[in-house]
Amino acid sequence: MWSLRGFVEAIRQARSGRGERHPTDNRTPAGKTPAFGGVPDSRGNRAPTRVVIIGLAVLLVTAGCAGGVRSRDPNVVIELDHYTDAAASRQFRAVLDRCARRFDLRIQRQDVPTDQLMPKVLRDATAHSLPDLLFVDNPDLQTVAETGALTELSQYGLSGEGHFSAIVEAGSYRGKLYGLAPGVNGLALFYNRTMFERAGLDPPETWQEMRAAARTLTRGSTHGLAFSAIASEEGSWQFEPFLWSNGGELDELTAPESVRALEFWSGLVEDGLASRSVVNWNQNDVIDRFASGHAAMMINGSWSLSALDESGTDYGVVPIPTPSPDVAPQVPLGGEVGVVPETTPRRQENAARVLGCMLERENMLDWTTDHAYVPSRVDTAEQYARDVPAMKPFVTEVATGRARTAELGPRYREVSQALADAVQATIAGSTSPEQALERAARVAETAD
Amino acid sequence: MTTASTKTTKTGAAPPRRARRGIGGGRERLVQWTFVLPMAVFLLLFFCYPVSRNLMMGFQQWTVASFYEGGAPFVGLDNYVELVTDPVFGTAVLNTALFTAGSLSFQFVIGLGLAVFFQRRFPLSGVLRGLLLLPWLLPLVVSGAVFRWIYDEGFGVLNQVLLGLQLIQDPVPWLSSTQYALTAAIIANIWVGVPFNLVILYSGLQAVPASLYEAAALDGAGPWQRFRKITLPLLRPVIAIVLMLGLIYTLKVFDMIMVLTGGGPANATETLTTWSFALSFEEFDFGQGAAVGNVLIVIALVFALFYLRSIRDSIRSEGGPR
Repeated sequence: MWSLRGFVEAIRQARSGRGERHPTDNRTPAGKTPAFGGVPDSRGNRAPTRVVIIGLAVLLVTAGCAGGVRSRDPNVVIELDHYTDAAASRQFRAVLDRCARRFDLRIQRQDVPTDQLMPKVLRDATAHSLPDLLFVDNPDLQTVAETGALTELSQYGLSGEGHFSAIVEAGSYRGKLYGLAPGVNGLALFYNRTMFERAGLDPPETWQEMRAAARTLTRGSTHGLAFSAIASEEGSWQFEPFLWSNGGELDELTAPESVRALEFWSGLVEDGLASRSVVNWNQNDVIDRFASGHAAMMINGSWSLSALDESGTDYGVVPIPTPSPDVAPQVPLGGEVGVVPETTPRRQENAARVLGCMLERENMLDWTTDHAYVPSRVDTAEQYARDVPAMKPFVTEVATGRARTAELGPRYREVSQALADAVQATIAGSTSPEQALERAARVAETAD
Repeated sequence: MTTASTKTTKTGAAPPRRARRGIGGGRERLVQWTFVLPMAVFLLLFFCYPVSRNLMMGFQQWTVASFYEGGAPFVGLDNYVELVTDPVFGTAVLNTALFTAGSLSFQFVIGLGLAVFFQRRFPLSGVLRGLLLLPWLLPLVVSGAVFRWIYDEGFGVLNQVLLGLQLIQDPVPWLSSTQYALTAAIIANIWVGVPFNLVILYSGLQAVPASLYEAAALDGAGPWQRFRKITLPLLRPVIAIVLMLGLIYTLKVFDMIMVLTGGGPANATETLTTWSFALSFEEFDFGQGAAVGNVLIVIALVFALFYLRSIRDSIRSEGGPR
């Protein structure tokens, strides 16, 4: 701390020196270096500089003290999520506030863009300042749980009873339940009703029908189908329904079923039924193509409903086509799960109360209706399908949906990345599906 | 600072004055430190700490759990061994080399051409030169987004123009084919880098005396000869600086590729920077991500040393600092 003491010393000197200084001093500037670069005015007064320095020193000292202990009001629940778009943000806030009011708590909500959520969580974990209630994308639950920062929900009396089993699986890490969500989502096939009617087509149920419809409707700048094959989770999540319903598995990527699924997927691009640009499209780009009439069908989630309604597209939604009519679609479950990180017992308890309240039937129904998600309770979902007919295909699919991380746990992230790379290599490069999947399987084997 | 210290040590009148002031010498040193301190603190805080931390992380198995619990076991060279055996490593190194060499050579040639062109006075030359600076002023994310649109296979301007001129029969999948993606990224980066070369080389040209050209012209030297015998030799120190700085900048280009392709499709545009990001923030293997970063630091350091050498030589040849 020599520097700070020296600083104060220098200030004191500069102060006392002011009265004693002889006026002639100003005539010998060579030996008289002005303290701290302050240029003396005609009266030899350097007061302004000195004020600034003293101010700075005071600031430094106080800043050093202020950064210390800061006690937190346990009745304020800090919540973090990634619902940044205006409507979703408002709806989520409303449910949170309603639940907090019931227990006389206050909510301090933070929302960050999707791709910044995990880096923020890791940063907070380093400083041990995680939020009290956290909503993460369900495959990321494995990553957060791996840090050891989460608490089991059973200790607050919350259980997955009555929820779809795949949802409970998605919220579990090493067999223990850490996360639950009021609602989930899945993928379905959207089709342009005008185009289908004009061509005299029915919405497809099988791969062959989907392919035939795409062939009929591909014309000029309009492609038959749009999907996302970007090199991230979005890309593998869009391919997984096709992988799974063909009998492929994430831990058996070289099996003939998996290879044939990728052949079908990349064949759509090869034959020009889908644009080659799918490798650069995220799911929002896919919505844009479909809404602007440049794609007759698209694979997308229920969250695109509101954007499509706004655009005025006449569309229909059906479950994702499968290889044969007697196979049920197996979509990966999407959506975010609420988790309670380790904080203090009192704060954990409060956060769990808010989460529990959000999982109640009425609140669940309200939020999923606003948000175009599927309620995660079986009985609630049944009623919801009756109330909101547009969501029916999604409700049907969630019943047979799968948790992405069920077999792989924390290894899922790396395997999913390898799978997305394999899909890209097949679509964008000259790699055969076998070769691409073999490479992905090798990565999957070494995943830790 | 330099002047103050030389004055106190070298001026003959200094000792008596110092004696008169008593503790004034200490005060003077303090003053000197006050000037150095902010820079020193800045360097320590924002340069030395992150770099040394990164070097350490490269030898640690740093996973998500390390963030919460703090412990990350030292694993020696494991991260580096794993990197080198990863098939992406070769691709990333090759792509980085191609990207840097391709961007740099074209940026330089175009920049030099434009600089020579603007050496002549003609109406609106100043305005044009100003306009040419625009690519440099735009945030890379903005130019990247625009280039994404230009390159779009179905709706992009580039394909429409090429189709209209009958230069191609089918639209080129610029960003969606492993074959073209890297070239497309390099072209976009060249566009961004030309102004930097133009500005530095242009100011270098201003220092070449016009009388040399006049004399050469009187001796019957043509434009090409004048360029080769006068412009190039006199510009050599500036050229060395431009190339070296360009190299260091291009090695670490991240935003452009991230916006255009995100390193894809299928790692076709993966460079060391994008790979480091992917390892750290997509796969959460921070140890390996840091290791890639370290490889990059070493490469940049080698070229930085060349750079320092070249400016030292040029300073010496010009007879000391100005």
